[in-house]
Amino acid sequence: MDLLNALVALANFVLIPALAYGSQLALGALGVTLIYAILRFSNFAHGDTMAIGTMVTIFVTWGLQALGIGLGPLPTALLAIPFGILGAAALLLLTDRMVYRFYRAQKAKPVILVIVSMGVMFVYNGITRFIIGPDDQSFADGERFLISARDFKAWSGLDEGLALKSTQAITVVVAVLVVALLFWFLNHTRTGKSMRAYSDNEELALLSGINPETVVRVTWVIVAALAVVAGTLYGLDKSYKPFTYFQLLLPIFASAIVGGIGSPVGAIAGGFVIAFSEVLFTYAWKKVLGYLLPASLAPDGLVQLMGTDYKFAVSFVILIIVLLFRPTGLFRGKSI
Amino acid sequence: MRALGLFALVAALILGTGVLQSWNSALIILNMGLVSAIMSLGVNLQWGLAGLFNVGVMGFVALGGLAVVLTSVAPVPAAWAAGGGRAIAALILGAAVITLAALAWRGLAHRRRGLAVAAILLVGLVAFRWVLDPATAAIESVDPAATGYLGGLGLPVLLAWPVGGLLAAGVAWMIGKTALGLRSDYLAIATLGIAEIIIAVLKNEDWLARGVKNVIGLPRPLPYEIDLQQTPGFAERAAGMGLDVTTASTLYVKVGYSLLFAAVLVAVLVLAQLALKSPWGRMMRAIRDNEEAAEAMGKDVTARHLQVFILGSVLCGIAGAMMTTLDGQLTPSSYQPLRYTFLIWVMVIVGGSGNNLGAVLGGFLIWFLWVQVEPMGQWLMGLLTAGMADDSAIRNHLLDSVQHMRLLTMGVILLLVLRFAPRGLLPEK
Repeated sequence: MDLLNALVALANFVLIPALAYGSQLALGALGVTLIYAILRFSNFAHGDTMAIGTMVTIFVTWGLQALGIGLGPLPTALLAIPFGILGAAALLLLTDRMVYRFYRAQKAKPVILVIVSMGVMFVYNGITRFIIGPDDQSFADGERFLISARDFKAWSGLDEGLALKSTQAITVVVAVLVVALLFWFLNHTRTGKSMRAYSDNEELALLSGINPETVVRVTWVIVAALAVVAGTLYGLDKSYKPFTYFQLLLPIFASAIVGGIGSPVGAIAGGFVIAFSEVLFTYAWKKVLGYLLPASLAPDGLVQLMGTDYKFAVSFVILIIVLLFRPTGLFRGKSI
Repeated sequence: MRALGLFALVAALILGTGVLQSWNSALIILNMGLVSAIMSLGVNLQWGLAGLFNVGVMGFVALGGLAVVLTSVAPVPAAWAAGGGRAIAALILGAAVITLAALAWRGLAHRRRGLAVAAILLVGLVAFRWVLDPATAAIESVDPAATGYLGGLGLPVLLAWPVGGLLAAGVAWMIGKTALGLRSDYLAIATLGIAEIIIAVLKNEDWLARGVKNVIGLPRPLPYEIDLQQTPGFAERAAGMGLDVTTASTLYVKVGYSLLFAAVLVAVLVLAQLALKSPWGRMMRAIRDNEEAAEAMGKDVTARHLQVFILGSVLCGIAGAMMTTLDGQLTPSSYQPLRYTFLIWVMVIVGGSGNNLGAVLGGFLIWFLWVQVEPMGQWLMGLLTAGMADDSAIRNHLLDSVQHMRLLTMGVILLLVLRFAPRGLLPEK
């Protein structure tokens, strides 16, 4: 019984939240890694792309809510995501046309593009704050819980409750669908194959008649879709605040690099590695250990390795370890 | 010539603020401009001279702020009695664990050392927390509303400036040892992470510098306005210059800071110029432009990178300490990466990376714009929305959002400079 209680507590406080957070990070890291594979620079504006796309989603959600259109138990935001993607894609394509294309034509060094993306980051950040403001916004609706802790206790007779928020379930399901779609696209369509070819060997791809500008445009649209889905899911699961999205940049980059930047599989693996380590290191193990150990050994303190505020430190340390010992990441990145 | 003209322009902008708005605002801009110029020189040393991509400026600036508290605040004896010794012991233990891990890494056989080092670090972390936690709890419970921290050494506040540089140097050495030699954008991510961690430590370790409860009323190197006003003779001299006594005292203090800061800036600038023109500077540029060739010529690229990374970070630390002295308080939650890291980058790029005068110019110019964009935007928005009704929701929203215009403006300026004058206003010679 105690073992079951411990397992339930572990699932409730560690496994489920980390799984949801990992899916969000994986989607974010996929965007970063695609830009790196095709455009060959680290995009510092990615967090703010997520913020701006999610902002569009939120506005459309509010509009739909006002019109009384909804999905019943599911959050209305799911209906609004396509509009958010359209908005973000338009913005990214416009940015590419006005900003990045010039440097591509010049064959500028990657580090110059990183600095350029810092400028874009400022602009996006300013736009987001200008339109929606820097404060928390809530846009989640529908059923809050798929399984509530009380129902679970009544059903199982255990002391520990297991709560599954509907946003957590939706996050995982949507992430799986999006990733499946992305991999199908990359492996089975002509455009997807040309993207992989371009990423692998630019000159050879050009020689075989692939139009680089098309590849770049398709990449931006996919990145927009990934960023908006990731941003909306994160906003539904936790809350929407522009500055938080900017701060997500660090765990997202850590995920992409840990997995091997440029490798989509790596981005997903990296997302989960980072998410699980953050949660494992900042979780207070008192409860789980209390069930597992005999009463005489039960811990007095929280048995927390680090405060939750240090979760950045966890992703950072993992990032450094991977960079030092396996600089290409877990999945030997660099091309898709 | 061009440099002279542009500096004259910046001077005119600041003087114009003095004439049109008030001399107090002009001096506030000037003082933070001086501090920004030093930060910008630091980043220019790393990026312009050596091509190192440091986006952790905020962290080093915050360390400078911490140095002011640790150096100048009077110690809190009750807190020291409650847990000071134990806290120090914990810190020594932490350092010992890291040293042991590093030694194990060097000494052990290749196969088993990963596990061994991980085990040392994990056990070390638990032991460190076991020693530290009771100490912090004891320290933080000592009169938490007023103190609840160890306090500082009670030394003169000007000493905090070099101490800020030293703290920054120590952290830069640790980062440099691990992260230099990585590809440029990986170094960027690593420094971004370090800066966030430093801020997290400042916010959460209340026993160190009160965390988000802030340390206010830091000692000042200059007299307080209120004391000046009561100094015999001060009022007469103010009246002689045609000023009322309150304005005169605030101006006196601000001019005092300007002189102190200007002295530091001039010293740093002279050193930076000498370094740039010296054989050392030529070697750094050679390394920046072609690492392989420089390495083939027998230059120790990694060691030189570490050196210049530390030097640049020291400047950021000193500037951070100066800034906190000027503010008179340490507020960890005010450190925002856009303001303290990326804005400094805008200064360097706009001024002209690789050119020290350019970095200084960028520091002043961008700081001026950062401050003045808001009133300009307010005025512009007022003009644009003049036709709308007073209670129009759009009008009110636009007027409320004006403060966010500065981010947008900085981004646009950065993008325009990168596109049309990629070498900055004062290009490297």
